[in-house]
Amino acid sequence: MKRKYKLFIGNLITYLIVIAAFVICQSMIKNGEMSRSMRGQMVPICCYVVMAVSLNLTVGISGELSLGHAGFMSIGAFTGITASAWLLARFNIDDKIIRLLLSLVVGGAFAGFAGFLIGIPVLRLRGDYLAIVTLAFGEIIRNILNCLYVSLDGPSLNIAFNSADIPGKMLIKGPTGATGNPKLATFAVGFGLVLFTLFVVLNLKNSRAGRAIMAGRDNRIAAESMGISVTKYKMIAFVTSAVLAGMAGALYGANFSSFAASKFKFDTSILILVFVVLGGIGSIRGSVIAAIVLTLLPELLREFDDYRMLVYAVVLIVMMLLTNSPFVKSIVQRITGIFKKTEKEDGANV
Amino acid sequence: MKKIFALVLALMLAMGACSAFAEDAIIIGISGPLTGPYAMYGLGVVHGAEIAIEEVNALGGIQFALTYEDDEGDPEKAVNAYNKMLDDGAALMASTVTSGACAAVAAEAYNDRVFMLTPSASSPTVTEDRDNVFQVCFTDPGQGAASAQYIVENKLASKVAVIYNNGLDYSTGIYQTFSEKAAELGLEIVSVTTFSSDDNADFSVQLTEAKNAGADLVFLPIYYTPASMILKQAKGMDFAPIFFGVDGMDGILSIEGFDTSLAEGVYLLTAFSADAADEKTQSFVKKYVDLYGEIPNQFAADAYDAIYALYEACNAAGVTAEIANEMDGFVPVCEMLIPIMTEITVEGITGTMSWQATGEVTKTPTAVIIENGAYVGAK
Repeated sequence: MKRKYKLFIGNLITYLIVIAAFVICQSMIKNGEMSRSMRGQMVPICCYVVMAVSLNLTVGISGELSLGHAGFMSIGAFTGITASAWLLARFNIDDKIIRLLLSLVVGGAFAGFAGFLIGIPVLRLRGDYLAIVTLAFGEIIRNILNCLYVSLDGPSLNIAFNSADIPGKMLIKGPTGATGNPKLATFAVGFGLVLFTLFVVLNLKNSRAGRAIMAGRDNRIAAESMGISVTKYKMIAFVTSAVLAGMAGALYGANFSSFAASKFKFDTSILILVFVVLGGIGSIRGSVIAAIVLTLLPELLREFDDYRMLVYAVVLIVMMLLTNSPFVKSIVQRITGIFKKTEKEDGANV
Repeated sequence: MKKIFALVLALMLAMGACSAFAEDAIIIGISGPLTGPYAMYGLGVVHGAEIAIEEVNALGGIQFALTYEDDEGDPEKAVNAYNKMLDDGAALMASTVTSGACAAVAAEAYNDRVFMLTPSASSPTVTEDRDNVFQVCFTDPGQGAASAQYIVENKLASKVAVIYNNGLDYSTGIYQTFSEKAAELGLEIVSVTTFSSDDNADFSVQLTEAKNAGADLVFLPIYYTPASMILKQAKGMDFAPIFFGVDGMDGILSIEGFDTSLAEGVYLLTAFSADAADEKTQSFVKKYVDLYGEIPNQFAADAYDAIYALYEACNAAGVTAEIANEMDGFVPVCEMLIPIMTEITVEGITGTMSWQATGEVTKTPTAVIIENGAYVGAK
């Protein structure tokens, strides 16, 4: 009972942090206190938070190092904007929010399907081999999207490879990527997606399936001898993570009028992995905070002009060292220790 | 640890303190890749604009001030940079330098009503359906067609090979119109090979194919870094056709460690040649060399012209610093400049420019040839 209660409190804190951040930001935007450059970053931050949390599901909870997470994001982004344009043309759905939500679903579904297909060969591998193969798949996805041409001719979609010779209004133009997309994304929807992601991941982690996934991570042989199909549970984690990344991608695509497949390369996958590692592998709350901080940081460092990226790198190293230093850890323990003490006293009173 | 922290904090404060602008100047924003593989373009643009702004301010009329940000050529970061510059009080944008980033920023600027004159974003998607965005450079399709035309008119070659980057919209865009125009004019394309941005170290396959196909001209609608590798490797395999590039090739002579003798005889289709005899170009080139120690490329020249065009337009439309520096002053500035842009004609160092309502520029392309390590106007 006590363990469950602790879990509940832990999850509640995560939700509360996110909700509080949203309320503060939203009220600052309403009162015009937030600078334009901060306002412009709200939706990308939501995307990166979702990316980081979903990658943490694969890396932290399922224990598989995936280096192709940006690939799923790109699938979500491209299918998402295609879906939203098609929905407008075919069903005349004018409401922006409904179109955005539907495109999130479509983006998530396609990315999930890709995750399933990729998962079949990938999850037969372990450790370093798995990391390299996911990296390769991420590159394959990007190269395919680089040759993809999609146009909307009335209510019907035309798809071609390596040829721009299709009728209608071009939605995706190979290496140029998607241009002229309507800006549908709003901060509120982004926040909703973050909450949804937290809900899915935290619930999965604390469910029967989640415990099976973690058992597979901790000791595969022991888990298998208990009758757990490790591959199946790893697949559940991998596909869920891909679906969420696809949704983040669809939101990202709906926020930028122009983006290309080259955005979702290996660097982006690594960037998201950096969020996860800095936030603490397996720690959902850490991923959220790290994604927010590291997305904002390069923008806040613009004052440094030419030395910006250098300072960013130094700050990153310092943060990594600090979060791992025994001194800081002992301080954190002391602070959490105070809370624990009061908790114990409460328990004694009861 | 404490000392370092204090140092960083002090540095931050010092940097923050020095970003104030003169009150009576119109602030122009430029974002471009100042770091990374395309840095030469962004730096060229910023340097060219700095020279032009100094000259314009010396005239005594409207005063300009410049704020610039690094966007690494990435749409997401370009939008961030754009917002940051508006926060800093920019009233107009002489940006964005690269096409993909510019298309994303242009959409934001269209909604916010910010006037944009891009020096170098050449993709047609930048200006499509937007009344507030204008270009100083040629569009990609325009460059492809003009290249084919130039080759045929000057009888440079009969058999052409093309090597282009199929992962780059700039490169594919030019290739597509080049091949269309070549077919129309009866120019034979004997070999078409591609590479991608990740795989641009070895071109022996592409060059061998071009050589075996008997090409006497190789058309390279690509950026200068891979082009320099191609020139080097072609030399290594004794393949010496005419190499013909477009504006992305500009900058090849400034690559560090590049043997400029390899680029002898390379043609580029560009609107600017640094050796032009007119007074304006000469004074610009001299100033640029004095200040930055290298010969300016086309990007710098485009930016220089962009500032002059903005100056002319602001004068013609009656835009003043008071209007521009009001709260959200970019909106009235934008509405005042849009109708004026199609009426003005600017004599720049990249030619005589006038603009269509679509945002496209009208000027004549010229070809330059590299001789003795310098760009020389081709006859």
